[in-house]
Amino acid sequence: MGEAATTVEARGLTKRYGDLVAVDHLDLTLHRGEIFGLLGPNGAGKTTTILMLLGLSEPSAGTVRVLGLDPTRQALEVKRRVGYVPDDVGFYGALTGRENLRYTARLNGLRGRAAEDRIAELLHDVGLEDAADARVETYSRGMRQRLGIADALLKDPEVAILDEPTVGIDPEGVAEILELIASLARDRGATVLLSSHLLHQVQSVCDRVGIFVGGRMVAQGRVEELAERIAAGPVTIEVGVAGDGDVERRLAAVPGVRSVERDARDPDRFLVRADRDVRGELARALVEAGVDLRSLARREERLDELYRRFFEEAGDGR
Amino acid sequence: MAAEARAVPRGGGWRIVARKELADHLLSLRLAVLLVIITLAALGAVYSTSGEIRSAAEEASGTPMLFIRLFTVSGETFPSLLSMLGFLVPLLGLAFGFDAVSSERAQRTLPRLVAQPIHRDDVINGKFVASLAVIAATLLALTLLVAGLGILRLGIAPSAEEVARILAWYVLTVAYAGVWLGFATFLSVVLRRAATAALVSIGVWLVLTLFSSFLVGLVADVVAPVPDQPTAEEVLARARWEMWLGRISPQGIYDEATGVLLNPEVRTAGILLPEQVDRAIPTPLALDQSLLAVWPQIVALLALVAAAFAASYVAFMRQEIRA
Repeated sequence: MGEAATTVEARGLTKRYGDLVAVDHLDLTLHRGEIFGLLGPNGAGKTTTILMLLGLSEPSAGTVRVLGLDPTRQALEVKRRVGYVPDDVGFYGALTGRENLRYTARLNGLRGRAAEDRIAELLHDVGLEDAADARVETYSRGMRQRLGIADALLKDPEVAILDEPTVGIDPEGVAEILELIASLARDRGATVLLSSHLLHQVQSVCDRVGIFVGGRMVAQGRVEELAERIAAGPVTIEVGVAGDGDVERRLAAVPGVRSVERDARDPDRFLVRADRDVRGELARALVEAGVDLRSLARREERLDELYRRFFEEAGDGR
Repeated sequence: MAAEARAVPRGGGWRIVARKELADHLLSLRLAVLLVIITLAALGAVYSTSGEIRSAAEEASGTPMLFIRLFTVSGETFPSLLSMLGFLVPLLGLAFGFDAVSSERAQRTLPRLVAQPIHRDDVINGKFVASLAVIAATLLALTLLVAGLGILRLGIAPSAEEVARILAWYVLTVAYAGVWLGFATFLSVVLRRAATAALVSIGVWLVLTLFSSFLVGLVADVVAPVPDQPTAEEVLARARWEMWLGRISPQGIYDEATGVLLNPEVRTAGILLPEQVDRAIPTPLALDQSLLAVWPQIVALLALVAAAFAASYVAFMRQEIRA
């Protein structure tokens, strides 16, 4: 398979529960060796999408192809080649980590020496070799998450799907898990799809992200591309003045300004949202009006803010 | 990775599930507790029954099929083994089924399990088979224990026909436990919380085993009251009602079937009128005749197992994986 070989493809994927549309005409294409972050707030339909990709939930409309297979009709073959770590992954508490993996190995047709070696290797890879023979009920959430990754890797997957892999884990643990995930795509050439509602945590490892709100994909692309789009899009400018001179109205009169808001804590500061960078025009307007300009700064927007804004916009649209 | 080492199970996924479930059950506290309860109950029943039979040994000598009475005669302090087990066996089925699926949900292992390359029904099939196997093994051990103790206490060995009757009883008892297992499994699919399923199943068990005879009597009184000076027809009508109402409960069916199988003298599970037994010589029935007499009950019991399992199967297959 070439570098850009398509591994997962969804076209017009839709899932309805009665009147509720959980996933609305989703188009998604993933390539071999890339890490795709499916980002969205809780209840956006991320898990539903994942279940449809795995053939565990039947789409109401649209098509899915995973490794060229239809997950609904060729479920076994898909599940043989796709690793899945569910949201808040669970294991049998009374069994040890190793025993839990042994069960998964058997379900995947791995047994005997080969299985034992592979289990030991994976437990080492995820850093659980010391806890391997402790009961899973004694594991922390981060340890369970890492065991979940080992569990999904047992079948040596071509596609790995991780649902909220970083929830409930301390920042240090998050970094470790993300490193694990990154190495999965790098070293094994697997396609990784991870879902998260915490953008800043996962943006560092994702090659591409898709922002998913209310069952719709509102934006997708490389992280830098999305960041550029912010630069091209609306900007926020902080204006600090001295004295009163009907500042609010004057600022609002500048072409391109969408809204002006007085800072609740500091009456001499204003937040201006505009279609483009209008700092020059703002300065001129204020100076012409005889208002002393103390500060003028464009607020640095990170993807975080874009993300939040997409949420707000999508929220408004409903 | 060694792809050649991968003989991915084709259609054999349920075996792997069953194997894991079996190991879980065998090591579980609940099996230990149930074994203690049922063994104590059975030993108590056999002990007092065999004492009863021994004290009547003089008159009883030469009675055909004496050994099998170990199951049906009730002692002074204990009810008969048959009614004891009829009461306790459902508990076995309930204990191994009430959290079959809900425990996977509670531990959040279900999404991971169904994402493995097995069919979805392998999960429920494997669980049902494993539970039924544990129940069958428990009951087999119990039967052997009872038989062994009986041989010691009575000093007689069962005849071939008695062994066959006990075997038939054993199969029916496993099936009876299977009905309850299927019912409990269904509850574990439909009810998300294991505690609710446990409560519901125990409630149904109490109503159908302990109170069913009262309830049946009550309903029969209403639909077919017997006046002070009843005619034969009125008495008969009431008896018929009572019989049919009793058959609503699987326990009623089980009691009828096993009662006939373990009492060779009993000719029918239904009502016998005096004119039907007039001048009949009280001889024991052959095994095949006993089986024939309760064939409908046997078939009904097996059908109930199938229906209970099918209900949980369908409910499980139609359910969304997501809780």
